[in-house]
Amino acid sequence: MITLGQDELAKYPFLADAGQYLKDKGFTLEQFGSDPDLKLIVDKAVHRIEVAADGKIYKSDIVDAHAAKDASLPREVFSFLLAVVLLKLSGMNTLIKRFALAEARRAEKYLEKDLVNISERDDLAIEILRDLFYMNVKKHDENFVIPASDYLKHAVSFHEREWKLVNRRVERGLVFLTPHETVRLVRKELGDYINSKIHNATIPTMSDAFKEPVKRLNSIAKKFPTTIVSSTEYPPCIKHAIEVLEKEENLSHSGRFMLGTFLLGRGQSVEQIAPLFKNAPDYNEKVTLYQLNHLAGSSGSRTEYVCPSCEKLKRQDLCYIIPECDGIINPIQFGKKKTINA
Amino acid sequence: MHENDLKLLEETFKKYYFDHFDLIHVPPRSAEREFGYQKFNSGMIRHLTIKNDKELHLMLMNNVPSDVYCSNAYYSFPNLPMEEKDWKEANLIFDIDAKDLNLDCRNDHICKKCRSCQEVFVNLSECPNCQSKKLDQRSLTCKNCIHAVKQEVKKLFSILIDDLGIEQNNIQVFFSGNEGFHIYALNTQYEKLGSRERADLVDYLMLRGTIPETFGFKKFKSERSSFPDFDEKGWKGRVAEYLFGSKSKRSKLITKILADGYSSFQKQLEDVKEAVGIKIDPNVTIDIHRIFRLPGSLNSKSGLTKQKCENVDTFDPFSDACFIDDKPTEVLANCPSSFELKNKKFGPFKNEKVLIPKFAAIYMICKGLATSTW
Repeated sequence: MITLGQDELAKYPFLADAGQYLKDKGFTLEQFGSDPDLKLIVDKAVHRIEVAADGKIYKSDIVDAHAAKDASLPREVFSFLLAVVLLKLSGMNTLIKRFALAEARRAEKYLEKDLVNISERDDLAIEILRDLFYMNVKKHDENFVIPASDYLKHAVSFHEREWKLVNRRVERGLVFLTPHETVRLVRKELGDYINSKIHNATIPTMSDAFKEPVKRLNSIAKKFPTTIVSSTEYPPCIKHAIEVLEKEENLSHSGRFMLGTFLLGRGQSVEQIAPLFKNAPDYNEKVTLYQLNHLAGSSGSRTEYVCPSCEKLKRQDLCYIIPECDGIINPIQFGKKKTINA
Repeated sequence: MHENDLKLLEETFKKYYFDHFDLIHVPPRSAEREFGYQKFNSGMIRHLTIKNDKELHLMLMNNVPSDVYCSNAYYSFPNLPMEEKDWKEANLIFDIDAKDLNLDCRNDHICKKCRSCQEVFVNLSECPNCQSKKLDQRSLTCKNCIHAVKQEVKKLFSILIDDLGIEQNNIQVFFSGNEGFHIYALNTQYEKLGSRERADLVDYLMLRGTIPETFGFKKFKSERSSFPDFDEKGWKGRVAEYLFGSKSKRSKLITKILADGYSSFQKQLEDVKEAVGIKIDPNVTIDIHRIFRLPGSLNSKSGLTKQKCENVDTFDPFSDACFIDDKPTEVLANCPSSFELKNKKFGPFKNEKVLIPKFAAIYMICKGLATSTW
């Protein structure tokens, strides 16, 4: 269990137990609607969400890890907690996601600073990384080291090549990272953690004082439209696999798996797909139908297999990337652009 | 498979298992592992639990399997269907096989068998008899192949220790019983990693997915001092050794690399990968639900044993993993390439009846290059 001081709560307000914090400070949620001094904090909370919706990071009153004024520390925590209340009342998922991400980025900055200034007496950043994200970090000269297995668990969700283990300094089972890289490694988890905190918070009762700010949040959310653009063209990996078969050349087992699962994923039937394999040197109609039915989940273990990720296809030498592949992580997404609101 | 061959193989395998219980043991935490086996001319039977050596030996005697397998994964319920097993963790396993090393010698000892007319030949891409291109391949592994695989095993061994921090006494090396070696890393920090994480680990060992920046070449403002040096640990040091050859050439070669540009260096790294990346089979290490040939069991592709190597350098699979007896056995052999077992050379044979020791007869029958004349 991480114990936090006032300074630290202002930096990492998502670690606070909201109900307990209000109680400890002697406030109720209702007071924020009625007390004019406290109402300013509601405005601050809305501002905090607006900044996040714009994709920016909320600039707090904390200067160099110390508050400008004593009073500003609780204000920082309150504005976060109230932002969560307002988001829950609005129910706008798109705003919750953006808010969680922006708050994660904000906390990331503090975590990085805290890591740089780590001392024997104060190792909160290391404690947060260990207790919240199961990452065992140790200081090593100017850098930090983490076990390679911990590194892999976190870095595996990154698509940029620089995060591959092969592009890291690895010695004796440890990966060397700068403070910035160490914290960057948990960005997604930090966002997910804040997101789940908000999702798991109970929805408070709507009071009159919150109606106006919630209405404002709803109108902000409308800024993010829903667009779905799709094309029926096949991605280059699939085109290549079809060409291989057309040329009567052998397509590897993994290539056949990719082709079968892709076409099934695009809604084609087993009977529509089977003739594609006719030119394979070892074609056997019965076996092909059996295997396709297996992939479709209509026989065997009843598991519906899905098309492998681009990352996996790269490893299997089945990827023939083109600029149109930008931003997709699975061939099935090729030609589809999607933004979903709320 | 012909009935006579089947009878001879089953009888021989049964005798081997009966005579060599001392070589075949269940691995640690056996009750948490999945076992499986295959019989000659039959499909795979898996999702079995075998708790101790006694149960294992009983299974071998009752079923006379052609191949026996055991998972590297630990499960709560190993005998349930895959989705209900409750995967806990898995040993890290590597497979290095001669077929993945693109060795020149292989053209001379990969026997090709025509699926249409059964003609057997080497060094041709189509059947000389009926011109069919539908061919099965049977490799008679040579000493050169084994030597090359051993070099890869040793490279892997040192990276596992130096880079990945695995204790030397937690690494075990086995001859696979056919063309390669299996390397087990036990009780490591990597046991709980899933497939995706293991895939990145595989890329590390194979030196796949590198970027020029890792080896000092930045897109803008590259500095000579950031290029790798010989005494650096990990891939940097190894790549420096390959790229520059000797310390005296380093400076000159860095000048050339910088002059050739970023893209050229990126391409050069592909060549480096081919030359110094470890040639493991990526699919084996990534698969966390695989059942793997059990140490001490016979490999039905050769009749040789999957055998632990205490000393990789001195281990000779053609003698040290050949446990079948030498009772004279007559076979009709059609084996266009020669091979060596127990320090004795056999073949080539052109459709001829030969009386040879049983271990050599079984080797050829397993390869589909001879049939029993019983």
